[in-house]
Amino acid sequence: MMVMRYQLAYPETPIPIVGWFFAESGGIMLPENYNTLGAMHGTIMIFLGVVPLAVGAFGNYLVPLQIGAPDMAFPKLNASSYWSYFIGGVIMLASFFTPEGAARSGWTSYPPLSIFESGQTMWLCGMIFLITSSLLGSMNIIVTIVQLRAPGLTWFKLPFFIWTQLITSFLLVLAFPPLEAASILQLMDRVAGTSFFLPSGLVYAGNAVEAYGSGSPLLWQHLFWFLAHPEVYVLILPAIGIVGEIIANNTRKPLWGYKSMIYAISFLGFMSFIVWAHHMFLTGMGQTMSAFFQLTTMIISIPSVVVLTAFFLSLWGGSIRFNTPMLFALSFLPMFGIGGLTGLPLGVAASDIFLHDTYYVIGHFHYVVAPGTLFALFAGIYYWFPKVTGKKLHEGLGKLHFWPSLLFMNGVFMPMFIQGLAGLSRRMYDGGTQYAHASDILQWNEFMTISAFCLGAAQIPFILNIFMTLASKATGERNPWDSTTIEWSSPSPPLPHVNFDEEVHVYHGPYEYSVPGKDKDFCPQTVK
Amino acid sequence: MSSIPYILEERPDTGLNNSRLGIWIFIASEIMLFGGLFSAYVFLRFAAPEGDFDYWGSKLNVPMATFNTLMLITSSVTMIMSWASLRMKQFDKYKMYLGLTILCGLGFLVVKYIEYTSKFHHGIFPSSSTFMGIYFTLTGLHVLHILGGLLVLIYFWSPVGKRMYDEDPNLLANRIEVTGLYWHFVDLVWIFLFPILYLL
Amino acid sequence: MSNKTDITVEEHLEIQHHVKTYINVFVALIVLTFITVAVSYLEVSFIEAFFLAVMIASVKGSLVLGFFMHLITEKQAIIWILVSTLIAFMILMFLPLVSMIDHTNTW
Ligand code: HEM
Ligand SMILES: [Cu+2]
Repeated sequence: MMVMRYQLAYPETPIPIVGWFFAESGGIMLPENYNTLGAMHGTIMIFLGVVPLAVGAFGNYLVPLQIGAPDMAFPKLNASSYWSYFIGGVIMLASFFTPEGAARSGWTSYPPLSIFESGQTMWLCGMIFLITSSLLGSMNIIVTIVQLRAPGLTWFKLPFFIWTQLITSFLLVLAFPPLEAASILQLMDRVAGTSFFLPSGLVYAGNAVEAYGSGSPLLWQHLFWFLAHPEVYVLILPAIGIVGEIIANNTRKPLWGYKSMIYAISFLGFMSFIVWAHHMFLTGMGQTMSAFFQLTTMIISIPSVVVLTAFFLSLWGGSIRFNTPMLFALSFLPMFGIGGLTGLPLGVAASDIFLHDTYYVIGHFHYVVAPGTLFALFAGIYYWFPKVTGKKLHEGLGKLHFWPSLLFMNGVFMPMFIQGLAGLSRRMYDGGTQYAHASDILQWNEFMTISAFCLGAAQIPFILNIFMTLASKATGERNPWDSTTIEWSSPSPPLPHVNFDEEVHVYHGPYEYSVPGKDKDFCPQTVK
Repeated sequence: MSSIPYILEERPDTGLNNSRLGIWIFIASEIMLFGGLFSAYVFLRFAAPEGDFDYWGSKLNVPMATFNTLMLITSSVTMIMSWASLRMKQFDKYKMYLGLTILCGLGFLVVKYIEYTSKFHHGIFPSSSTFMGIYFTLTGLHVLHILGGLLVLIYFWSPVGKRMYDEDPNLLANRIEVTGLYWHFVDLVWIFLFPILYLL
Repeated sequence: MSNKTDITVEEHLEIQHHVKTYINVFVALIVLTFITVAVSYLEVSFIEAFFLAVMIASVKGSLVLGFFMHLITEKQAIIWILVSTLIAFMILMFLPLVSMIDHTNTW
C-alpha cells in the first residue's frame, strides 16, 4: 500500500528501503510490479483481511457468546474452515516469491488479460481455498444462530449484530459459489487450454491467440460481480452490526427502529443479488437492462439510508459517553454516508460513463471500506477487548489513535474524488503523469501519500496500546461497559468450550437501557 | 464430549437437529456452485456459433450415459434403503444396501473413466471446443463430488460404522441420513446434467 | 422416543410403508429416464426439445427431492432456505442471459 502510494507521488524514482525488491530496474518500480501490488492489495484486503476479520473472527467469537451458546454448532467444520483459509492465504502470499510473481490482473481478474498474465494460476488456487473457507464458516454461523439460541432468546430479542451476521452468512452461502465456479472455469482456461472467456479472433501481444475461441469475457464479469456486489454488503453489514451494538450501549438508549432496521437489511440482502451489472454499464449493455440495473441500484440505497437514519435518530436525546469505541462508531456514520452517497452517481449510467474506472470509484469504495468498515472493526476491538482478555484498553492512547486516524484517513481518500472528477483513471502506475488532462490535479498525489504515511504512523498508539494492555494485570471484570447483551454475563475471558459459568436464560430484549422505574440504567437480557 | 445441544435430538421450535440444517445449507451452496456452471453453459451456448454445440454434443456416448443414469438412480434407492434398514435396527441389511450403493458409485466412475479415455483416444480434450470444455468441467466436478461421497460412504461401511452403531445406533442413523441427503443431491445434479449435455 | 436398540411395531410398519414409496419412485425414475432418451429422438426445434428435456428432468428432480430427500415433510426453516436459493439460482441463470441478449453489440 505504502509502496504504491510512494510510487504514485514520485514515479520513476527509486523507492527507498524496499527498492531491493525491484533490484533489476535499479529500485524503480516497473508497471508490472505496480499492477501486482494493486491486484494483491485488493485481494488481500478483501478476501484475506476484512471478510475473515469481520465474519471469521468477530462472527465466530461473538455469535455463540451473544446468543448464549456454549460453542459454534460444528467445531470440526470451524477448524476446517480455518485451515482452508490458512492454505489459501499461504498460496496467495507465497505467490509473491515464485518466479512468475503474484497476480497482476486486478482483484477483479478480468479476462482475457487474466488468462495470459503470469501469476494468475496461484491466485485462482488461493481463491478456491479462501472461498471454501468462507462457505464453511458461514454455514456454521447460520446453523449456530438458528439452532443454538439460549432458551427464551426469540428472533426479535437477538442483538442487531447477530442479525447482520445471519444476513451476511446467507449472502456468502448463496453468492460465493458462482465465483468458485468462475474460478474453476478460469483455471481451466489457463491450465487446460479451454476458451470459456476467450472470444474468437483474439490477438495478444501481437500474436493471434491459439484457442478454440467463441467464449465470452463478459461471462466472467457476470459471474464475478454476481458475487462481488453481495460481497460489498458482506464487508459492510458486520460493520453496521458492530456500530449498532456500540451506539446502543453508549447512548444508554434502545436502538431506534430496531425492527425496521432488521427488515431493511433483509431487503438489502435480497436486493444485492440483482444490482451487480452496475459495475458493467460500459460493456455495451442494452438500454433495457441498463435501466433495470439503474433502478435496482437506486432502490438498494434506500435500506442503507434507513439504517443510517435509524442510527442518527438513536443518538437523539441520548446521554452519550464519548469513549474510544463510541468515537470510532460515531465517525463510521458520516464516513459510510459519504461512501454511500458517492455510490449514487456511479449507479446512474449517464454519470457512470464519465466516472467509471476513475479515482472517483476508488474514493467511493474506500470511504465505505476504510473509514467505514475498518473503523467499525477498530470500534469492535476496543469494545470487546475486555471480554476477550479481561483487560480494558487504555483510553488516552485510544483517543490518540482515533483523532489522527480520522484526519489522515480523509486526507488520503478525499482528494481521490477531486482527481476522479477531473478524469484521472485508476490503475495508472505513474499516477497519471502522462495525461495532460490530469496535470491540474497531480499535486494531490504527494499530499495523499504523506497523509497515508501519517495514517500508518497513527496506528502506532494502537499497537502500543494492545501490547501494553496485554502485559498488564487482568481485572476480569464481567461487564465493564454496563451492557445488556448476553456476552457480558459470561466470565472475561469466557470459559473454553462452554463459555458461560451458569445456565443462560433470556428474559429481555437486547437493548433495555434506561428503563423507567429500574434502579440501574440497564437491564441485562439474562436477569429477570 | 461436548456440551453442544441438538446434535441428535430436535430443537423444539425449529423441529431440526444441527446436522440436518447444516447439510441443507451446504446443498444450497452446492446448488449455486453448479448454478454458476449451468449459467455459464447456457450463456456460452447462446454466444457460440450456430450449430457448434450440436456438432460437438453429438460426439458423446448416449448409451453409456443412460446406463450411468440408471446406475446413480439405483444407488440413490439403495442409499435410502440402507437408512431405512438402520432405522429398523437391521444392521446387516444396512450394510448390504450401503455396499450396493458404493458398488453403483464405483460403477459410475468406471463408466465415466471409459468415456473419458475414449474421448482422449480420439483426440478430444477440453480445449477441443467450448462444448467439450464445459462438458469436461461439469462432469469432472460432478465426478469429484461422487468421489467425495464415496469416501464418506466407505468410511461408514468400514468397521467404524459398526463401532458407531454399537455405541449409539441413532447417531449412525443420523450420519447416514445426512450423507444420504448429499448423495441424493449428487444424483439430482446428474439428472439435469444428463439431458443437457448428452441429449440436447 | 424409542429406546436405543428396539423400535415399536408401529414405527416398523411406518418405515415399511415408506419403503414401498421409495420403490415406486425408483420405478418412476427409471421409466422417466427412458422417456427422456426417447424424446431426444423426436424431430422438434431446439427450444421445444430444451423445454421437454428440462421439464422431464424437473419432474425427476422433484421426485428425488420430495421423496428421497423428504422435502414434502420437511420443516419450515429448510423450505425457506431452499426457496431463497431457488430465487438466487433463477437470477443467476437468467439475468446474465437476458443482459447478453439485450446487448446492442455482439459480445
Ligand atoms: C448505497 C449504496 C451503494 C451504491 C449505490 C453503490 C454503487 C456503486 C457503483 C455503481 C459502482 C461501480 C462504479 C464503476 O465501476 O463505475 C460501485 C463500485 C464499488 N463499490 Fe459501491 N455502491 C454502494 C455501496 C457500497 C458499499 C457499502 C461498498 C462496500 C463495502 C461498496 C464497494 C464498492 C466497491 C469495492 C466498488 C469497486 C469495485 C471495482 O471496480 O473494483 N459500495 N459502487
Ligand atoms: Cu456494486
